Amino acid sequence: MGVWIMAGVTFREAARKKMLWMALAAGGAFLILFGTGLHYQAKNFADRGTNPVLRREISSAMLTMGLYAIDLLAVLMTILTSVDTISGEIASGTIQAIATKPVPRWQVLFGKWLGFVAMLTAYITIMLGGVNAASYFMTGVTVRHPLSGCLLMWMESLVLLSVTFALATYFSTLTSGVIALGVHGLAFLGGWIEQFGAITQTQRAVNVGVMASVLMPSEALWRRAAFEMQSPLANAMRISPFSTLSVPSMAMVYYAAFYLAIALLVATRRFSLCDL
Amino acid sequence: MSPASDLAIRTRGLRKVFGGKVAVRRLTLEVARGEVFGFLGPNGAGKSTSVKMLLGLVSPTSGEAEILGQPVGDVKTRSRVGFLPEHFRFYDWLTGEELLKLHGRLYGMSHAALRERVPVLLDLVGLAPHRNKRLRDFSKGMLQRIGLAQALINDPDLIFLDEPTSGLDPIGRRLVRDIIKAQRDRGATVLLNSHLLGEVEITCDRVAFIKDGEVVESRELHGESEEQTTVSIRAVNVTVEVLNGLSQWSSSARTEGDRLTLTLSSNTLLPEIVRYLVAKGVDVYEVAPQRLSLEERFLEIVGSDGGL
Repeated sequence: MGVWIMAGVTFREAARKKMLWMALAAGGAFLILFGTGLHYQAKNFADRGTNPVLRREISSAMLTMGLYAIDLLAVLMTILTSVDTISGEIASGTIQAIATKPVPRWQVLFGKWLGFVAMLTAYITIMLGGVNAASYFMTGVTVRHPLSGCLLMWMESLVLLSVTFALATYFSTLTSGVIALGVHGLAFLGGWIEQFGAITQTQRAVNVGVMASVLMPSEALWRRAAFEMQSPLANAMRISPFSTLSVPSMAMVYYAAFYLAIALLVATRRFSLCDL
Repeated sequence: MSPASDLAIRTRGLRKVFGGKVAVRRLTLEVARGEVFGFLGPNGAGKSTSVKMLLGLVSPTSGEAEILGQPVGDVKTRSRVGFLPEHFRFYDWLTGEELLKLHGRLYGMSHAALRERVPVLLDLVGLAPHRNKRLRDFSKGMLQRIGLAQALINDPDLIFLDEPTSGLDPIGRRLVRDIIKAQRDRGATVLLNSHLLGEVEITCDRVAFIKDGEVVESRELHGESEEQTTVSIRAVNVTVEVLNGLSQWSSSARTEGDRLTLTLSSNTLLPEIVRYLVAKGVDVYEVAPQRLSLEERFLEIVGSDGGL
């Protein structure tokens, strides 16, 4: 019961503090920009009578670019909105009035986590749906495997959410945010090193990228999502920034799920035992 | 020592060390059910840490503690406990009414029960006209009042009030006193942590002085005192023979003009002494036991550097 009460209040907090609405407004502006770009691109294709295959691949690349931007927005939104909820409430003493209620602490933390999951699910669904709809109506192109792609991007947010929660039970708000963004940055860099290693067939560079993904699997989930969603030709194009020559395996996806569960477990255990 | 079942709070050698710093050295305390108990001490004496250990917010390093007959940290027992933290803060986007409903829900209360209980509490703390105002628009005093209301929402058997009158004007303080009295009248136990000694003296049945993380003294505040007392008597015709005769009750007796000052082991000896004086032909005009005020005793215990 405590879980659902805390989940509800966390979701309501996001709405009442206008976080959710502002994020959706920014997302709306992004969709308008994206749709406008697609519109002119489609108009240009029609005016020039561009080859349908080339037209499709360019449209598909633009769609992947849109998805990439959404991924970045979702990552930032996940970390920035959730980082204060635990450490901030511990620092301000707000948590004391909750932690003295007949609700086990793990339920308080898990409820808050679920509240953020609901908010992020709504955000990611609306944004991915919007980008796909804009692409479909402007160019007739949609992603290849929408469900698996969306689930992987959603999972990436959940991994970051759980890591942010775990960090927030140890560190202050600012420190937790810096570490969470920093670790994701490492994974991001590792992903690129892995890509370049695959292009130049440098196995050690690929290994460095894999190690970065083991440390933080968030970026690997995005690259797997991109592989699922974009066309096979785009996947194979070595010159594309979204080409996925070194595709994270399903084992990495399972590892990410395990990683997510461990991060959530660490957050729950630490929060249950720490002095408030 | 009271039987465990009569105790609302019982601690034995409770200790808390943060890093290398001892916050609570050895807290041994008993608070009877239905008692209003004052917890006094200078800043940094370990009062708040002690309260947090009793509420399960902070884990003791060693020692044992029970509230309402159950070990601290027992989740089920918390449904019978209310707590007003010092400087009450909560989600400022909630209205006063929403805050009380949320806390009631966390106590497991039904929507139907809350529909009845919330207006009563808002009325009790004088916030009924502000029920739909958001907490961010509340003054410090209003926050303290709504915090007090959330501490009472479940009709708790044991209530911890940490500086409940801070930020309140004299009317608000009077309100808190009345609420504490009403809680005692319905049989609840109140542990009051306050720096306002005058308020503690009026409100509490018993107080404990805590210094350097341990209880150094506890005393009853009302009723007959069993402790040493100085008595000032305005009387004439006090002879040397009478003074010598008083030594059977008094450890010291001296006169200064018409003022006779005695040191007694207990106030209960007074009627017998007055009878003796009258029998010896002394004219007695006034008898005034001189107890040390709580503030004087506090300063005596804490010392001049206390609270620094």
